[in-house]
Amino acid sequence: MKSCLLCGVGGQGTVLASRIIAAAAMGKGLFARTAETIGMAQRGGSVVSHVRVGASVPSPLIPNGGADVLLGFEPGEVLRNLRYLKEGGTVITCPETVAPVTASLGGTAYDGGAILAYLREHLEKAAVLDTAAIVAVCGSPRVVNMALLGALAESGEMGLTLSEIETAMAKKIRPRFLDMNKKALELGAKTLSEKR
Amino acid sequence: MLELLMGNEAVALGAIAAGVRVVSGYPGTPSTEVLETIAKRNPGFVHVEWSVNEKAGLEVAAGAAYAGARSLVTMKQVGLNVASDPLMCVNYIGVKGGMVVYVADDPGPISSQTEQDTRHFGRYARIPVFDCSSPEEAFAMTMEAFDFSEKEGVPVILRSTTRVCHSCASVDVPEPKAPERAPGFEKDPRWVIFPRLSFESKKRLFAAEKTYAETFSGYGRNEIIGGGRIGIACGGVSFAYVMDAIRGHEEDYTVFKVATPYPFPAEKAASFLAGVEKVYVFEELDPVIEDALTMLRPAVPLFGKRDGTVPAAGELSADIVGSILGTAKAAPPFNEDAPFLPPRPPVLCAGCPHRASFYAVKQAMKGKKAIFCGDIGCYTLGNAAPLDMVDTCLCMGAGITVAQGLYHAGEEGQTFAFVGDSTFFASGITGVINAVYNKADLILVVLDNHTTAMTGHQPHPGLGITVMNEPTQVIDIASVLKGCGVASVRTADPFDRAAAEDAVKAAAAEEGVRAIIFRSPCVALEKGGTPLAVDAETCVGCGKCIRQLGCPALRKNGEKTAIDPALCVGCGLCQSVCPKGCIGKEEQ
Repeated sequence: MKSCLLCGVGGQGTVLASRIIAAAAMGKGLFARTAETIGMAQRGGSVVSHVRVGASVPSPLIPNGGADVLLGFEPGEVLRNLRYLKEGGTVITCPETVAPVTASLGGTAYDGGAILAYLREHLEKAAVLDTAAIVAVCGSPRVVNMALLGALAESGEMGLTLSEIETAMAKKIRPRFLDMNKKALELGAKTLSEKR
Repeated sequence: MLELLMGNEAVALGAIAAGVRVVSGYPGTPSTEVLETIAKRNPGFVHVEWSVNEKAGLEVAAGAAYAGARSLVTMKQVGLNVASDPLMCVNYIGVKGGMVVYVADDPGPISSQTEQDTRHFGRYARIPVFDCSSPEEAFAMTMEAFDFSEKEGVPVILRSTTRVCHSCASVDVPEPKAPERAPGFEKDPRWVIFPRLSFESKKRLFAAEKTYAETFSGYGRNEIIGGGRIGIACGGVSFAYVMDAIRGHEEDYTVFKVATPYPFPAEKAASFLAGVEKVYVFEELDPVIEDALTMLRPAVPLFGKRDGTVPAAGELSADIVGSILGTAKAAPPFNEDAPFLPPRPPVLCAGCPHRASFYAVKQAMKGKKAIFCGDIGCYTLGNAAPLDMVDTCLCMGAGITVAQGLYHAGEEGQTFAFVGDSTFFASGITGVINAVYNKADLILVVLDNHTTAMTGHQPHPGLGITVMNEPTQVIDIASVLKGCGVASVRTADPFDRAAAEDAVKAAAAEEGVRAIIFRSPCVALEKGGTPLAVDAETCVGCGKCIRQLGCPALRKNGEKTAIDPALCVGCGLCQSVCPKGCIGKEEQ
């Protein structure tokens, strides 16, 4: 069984990304489960999607220390969910922080730089993806989730190849956005491979 | 075909596969996707409707089942309270076609007012309850629930919880087949509830409790797994958590999975109890299985919610189960020296018209005493700082009536009641009539964003469109209010700040029941406009826009304020608040 936790802020596209991972796993005959945050909590709040694939998956939620990989749409949300990561597990995150409104109002501190530094220092397998560059090439901030999926494929942590993820993605994206998302997938994979 | 299905989608496709003919319901997290999926995958033989509320929905489903058609009504757990009037009677009447009442419970609660447990309702109403533990089980169980209901001539409850409703699994879905034509309604005294009939029905319901319990002891989904000396009783998604938590230790445990919490399969339970030394009971919400086991006077000790072994409230997880059983690994300890992380609660979206409406009322009533009664919907989020515009929130439609109680109790200051358009239709109208009839003084603010936003944008009677995208009559909110005798009804665009504040001030100068309808579409339905930007030269970093509005697109950037172009839709509210006039369209 392989498990991936996707974490971010409501509206960033975590649900679509988790469905694509599950569909890619099903495409190669594996059983898949996901669990997502839907409803009130998704309006700009913390969201997580659990994805578990394998021959048998008893429950949709990943237990503490059960995630092979954490896919971060926002570094603070990675930090919030680190307890899910296996010892020696992989973190792939985009570096762009989103300050919670509570922090903007001045009630609390939110130091994105310190969070990234902490992740880099404490995790042997942390990859911070230059998603801004990928967004610039692809021309839309909406492709961040695909860039992360590309990097996930490249990491090999879920046992899914880039072409398996691409096939699953193509069934869930409207045709006119397909090229852009495909590009983001490839750039995500390439960026991670260059980091290694 | 193998599909990745959400639990709610699985229920919908299970219902279609079972030949459902009439589906009704009212949106409510985590139940909403069942009805949406039926509409999306409608093979053509299903009448599907968003009913005005759960009571209407349940009665529509009952009528269809009287005619011999299979029917399904969907709702969340608190919606069942609205539908409880017909629910507590249709059990006495019974049905001809299979009738399934699908109710989604919300442990946590994550998106609800309470941790209400529908299994109690089943027992209270003497309606059998099927409880599904996974999407794949939900698919099959839906069909079994229909078969049971039709065979026995009784409505049944199919219950699930958030982590079943909103988790996905691979499910094998057959092609739908059109059902045979329903036999039709036959006139008969059995359809008319009268004391004599109810007396006989009560005896029948009481006796059925016993026979169904026996039937359910033989139902394959009430299952005893393993042969270890430690017993675990569980149901619903807790079964999944248990199986996850005991991985690698299976030989120590005997797991009793309860799929029909009412009537409780006592015979099966007795054989489970006979083979173990002690029993843990893992279930979310209330100790329903635990109490049913206690009723059997077990000879072995029972550990659950009643003795504090299992948490009284909140969701369970494999970790919680594992820590109680002693099988869990400790969580990795490396969070202790981590940077501080503030909570990230949900907020009104950037560009949300509710923010503008709340702000208009707040500004217009500045310095005057006022109480703001809120209601159920996205606009409940108006209670957060800095808006702080929700002083009460109880249940659907209650803002309007709670405001009346405050007024009649002699509270000083103006009472306001905020209600969304969908909530207005669902349960606001009776409250308005009550206010007019009983001479209350209140300002009703209808936040009309042309949708049921919180649950994912379902249509409602004010929009002229059905769930199947067919055009229909528009029920105009202003006309309804006038028809109910509301003294004055004003309509304003909340983003036109002057007009919006004038409407509030004018209403505040009047007496009796008056209404303001703030009309502006939900920002999530609109194509985003051009983002605004802060001119860093002229911005003095006073932060007034942030402090007044709390818009997620506004943030501090060093000494200045900045706008996140990925979130901003250019609603212009911050522009109207900025004292320096330094927010505007970015110059190209």
